[in-house]
Amino acid sequence: MMTQRQEGPRSSGPVLSGPEGGALSHQRPRGPIWRTSRPVSAVLVAAVGGGALAALVWTAATGFVEPYVALSFCLVIAIGELARITLPGYREAAPIASAGAISYAFLLTLGAGPLHHSAWQVVAVVALGVALGELPHIAVGRGPRVEDVARRVFVAVLLAVAFRPLAEQLGLSGPSVTATLLMAALAMLAWLADALVAAVLRAERLRTRLGVAVRDELRAQFAMGAAIGSSGVLIALACTVTGLAGLLVFTAPLLVSQMAFRRHAEVRRTYLETVRALSRVTEVGGYVENGHSRRVSHLSHGIACELGLAEAELLELEYAALMHDIGQLSLREPIAGGATVLASPREQRRIAELGSAIIRETGVLDNVAEMVRRQCEPLAGDGDEGVPPLGSRIIKVANAFDDLVGENGDEERRAAVLERLRMDTDSEYDPRVVDALASVLARF
Amino acid sequence: MLIGPYEGIDLRTLALIAILFVVAESISTVVLTGVKAGISPSSAVSLAAVVLVGPVGAAVVGFASCFSIRRQNLVKRAFNGAQFALAAYAAGHVYLLLGGTVGEPGREDFPALVLPYVAAVLTHSLVNSALIAALMWTLGAVRAGGPRGRFHWRPLMAVELSSMGYQMLGLAIAAIWGGLGLIAPLLVLLPLFIARWTFAQQLGEARAHEATLATLCQAVETKDYYTRGHCMRVAEGAAMIARELGMSAERVQKIRYAGMLHDIGKLGVPTKVLQKNGRLTDDEYAAIKLHPTRGYEIVREISFLDEALAGIRHHHERLDGRGYPMGLVGMEIPESARIISVADVFDCLTSTRSYRKAWSADEAITELRACAGTQFDPRMVEALVRAVEREGWETPDIAEPPGGCYGAKAAEESDAHAAEAAQAAEEVPVVAEAIADSEDPAASAEAVTGGRDR
Repeated sequence: MMTQRQEGPRSSGPVLSGPEGGALSHQRPRGPIWRTSRPVSAVLVAAVGGGALAALVWTAATGFVEPYVALSFCLVIAIGELARITLPGYREAAPIASAGAISYAFLLTLGAGPLHHSAWQVVAVVALGVALGELPHIAVGRGPRVEDVARRVFVAVLLAVAFRPLAEQLGLSGPSVTATLLMAALAMLAWLADALVAAVLRAERLRTRLGVAVRDELRAQFAMGAAIGSSGVLIALACTVTGLAGLLVFTAPLLVSQMAFRRHAEVRRTYLETVRALSRVTEVGGYVENGHSRRVSHLSHGIACELGLAEAELLELEYAALMHDIGQLSLREPIAGGATVLASPREQRRIAELGSAIIRETGVLDNVAEMVRRQCEPLAGDGDEGVPPLGSRIIKVANAFDDLVGENGDEERRAAVLERLRMDTDSEYDPRVVDALASVLARF
Repeated sequence: MLIGPYEGIDLRTLALIAILFVVAESISTVVLTGVKAGISPSSAVSLAAVVLVGPVGAAVVGFASCFSIRRQNLVKRAFNGAQFALAAYAAGHVYLLLGGTVGEPGREDFPALVLPYVAAVLTHSLVNSALIAALMWTLGAVRAGGPRGRFHWRPLMAVELSSMGYQMLGLAIAAIWGGLGLIAPLLVLLPLFIARWTFAQQLGEARAHEATLATLCQAVETKDYYTRGHCMRVAEGAAMIARELGMSAERVQKIRYAGMLHDIGKLGVPTKVLQKNGRLTDDEYAAIKLHPTRGYEIVREISFLDEALAGIRHHHERLDGRGYPMGLVGMEIPESARIISVADVFDCLTSTRSYRKAWSADEAITELRACAGTQFDPRMVEALVRAVEREGWETPDIAEPPGGCYGAKAAEESDAHAAEAAQAAEEVPVVAEAIADSEDPAASAEAVTGGRDR
């Protein structure tokens, strides 16, 4: 259950990088499994795993009702799980598996008469399908993020437990307005619950504020959730008319949606990779120390999470932090050692403005350009523009810290540098940001 | 025979579907760039109409798209309406021919209904594509002689395939229409809106990516006055060759990006070496030889580029094995590298350097042909020649030395990319003004084409 995703750089060495500014790839190896730093995740995985196992055993003991139907849905869920995708923000999703699970929980009849599979059986079938679909992934070493898998099964558990008994009581047997509304309402509630769980997990993982994480998750999962939910309800209803053939026919459109989501995620990932890679031109050009941009980006990410920035702002901050030194490309000679914190204020400002001009040229990264432009202003800001944006203040602190500590600073040096930054908090650095930096460093 | 059958059309259903179709059509969008044939997911509704109200009803529903709410002139509206009507009518007849029944399908109709429905979907797509192709052809004939009048089939195919996926939803609408009435389409259309939204987002992101990449490349080359816009022109040249060789759109895009990034490793070469006038020492030449490897190291984490990365690493290899960094021979050199190498040298020859005037495209082509087989892959050279003959080549218009007013000249450049490049180069403040080209400033073509052996 220790999920360490190793994406991206193969030779990053001591460089802190990777998904979410390195937040994922920098979980320290821990001792015993019960002393985890992420208790919520552990509890969720254990509870869902235990529940699924119990459901499997129970269903196997009492026998599967309508085994062919169960098998068909199990296969669709397995295929959907096999085709899982990773959405922006490193969120794993398997739309087809989820829609299949939802529709199996909601399935009332296949035309020939009411179906009587229990909530236990739904959970068992979904768990089995998910496990089957994940096997090939695990075999080639692309293990899933276990908490996301647990969340997918969790939604199925919620829906099955809520809907199956209710359907028996209300005597629903085919497509009707009541059934549809009930399904839609339940799907929406389950989506909300799922987003909340995801937010708690995200807050725990990134150590950001819960409120911010909830907003991020709701925003990020809205489109996908709506597509999955409506498709799940649609398949359940349409299958009452078309029989099992409908299951195949009506999964096809969702497949197209999934392709759209996947392409979108790919473009987003490529964008980030490009900026990450090109931020290294300043290093290769000898303008800054090796890995400087990435370390600043990683530190900024940690600080920003601590201060509760929203996801979209985090992304912009990451771009800005990666490109904060790009203005040095326009210098005739590299600054000695590349440490901008040691350059004269005029020089610093000029580098910031040159970099900002380059970034503004893209026409799409205006906020990023603004952050880069004002990254070296003192706390009170320059002239009449007022206080610089939070992103600029964060980059200023992270950049100064990394310039002063260097690549291989030890514990003592870090403490000394932190102390030096603290002494400047009344004029140069934002005290809140420095405090956040201190708590980020305490976790390393 | 041509018109009909009329029986079995429920007017209430027909009206509801028509309204639904107009709503769906109003919020649909042009899905892909490149092809201005807006195939919208709303055709699912039109296919549902085939099942529910038969060919004539479906044609009526299709023609209702004339009334969709969006900015469009009358001719376009009429064309779209007629296009949808014809496609739906043809699909309806195929559906009937294969034994489909008109009306709300019941449980007993499945799965027998699936085959005629799939046939109807195929017919709908075929007729639609044929009509659009005819339109494109007509427009193309009207605008004959345009520089980039080639019609790209692949994007259209991609659009058709995904829209066929959505059209399967039409059967879902029809199947649950009886039980649910208007709730059915709401349920069905929700994923369509979401997909539309995702596509729009994706387009935005892709444009942002392109703009960022181009800007950063240009920022890197602002160091050298004479190579401004070089990366964008090499990108275009490489893409032209790749297209000419019939590569897939995705691969062309990768090679384009690789062309844009091919010299990014020059940043690791000391500026004074790049700008040196006169012959280079062995050490300096060795430093220059490192730039493809340096560039590869910078961009290798961009996983999207995959095989095009090799194009950056090996763009200075020669077919006879005397290139660098690895001295690969012949077809050992990756295809993308052979493409970029030709585009790179072609742009070098046709642009002005500190030590010589720009060559004309014809002179450059003669030189490339002379070196084909020893330095270049003849296939790539010929592909470039064909592409340049057809589409033309925008040579950079920098004749004056630094300090001259080249702002006016930049405005004259007709090629959008070149203009953008020049503009970017102009607006980014340049501290270091470069004088010499990055290649050895000996005035022979042999030197420019990277043929110096030591």
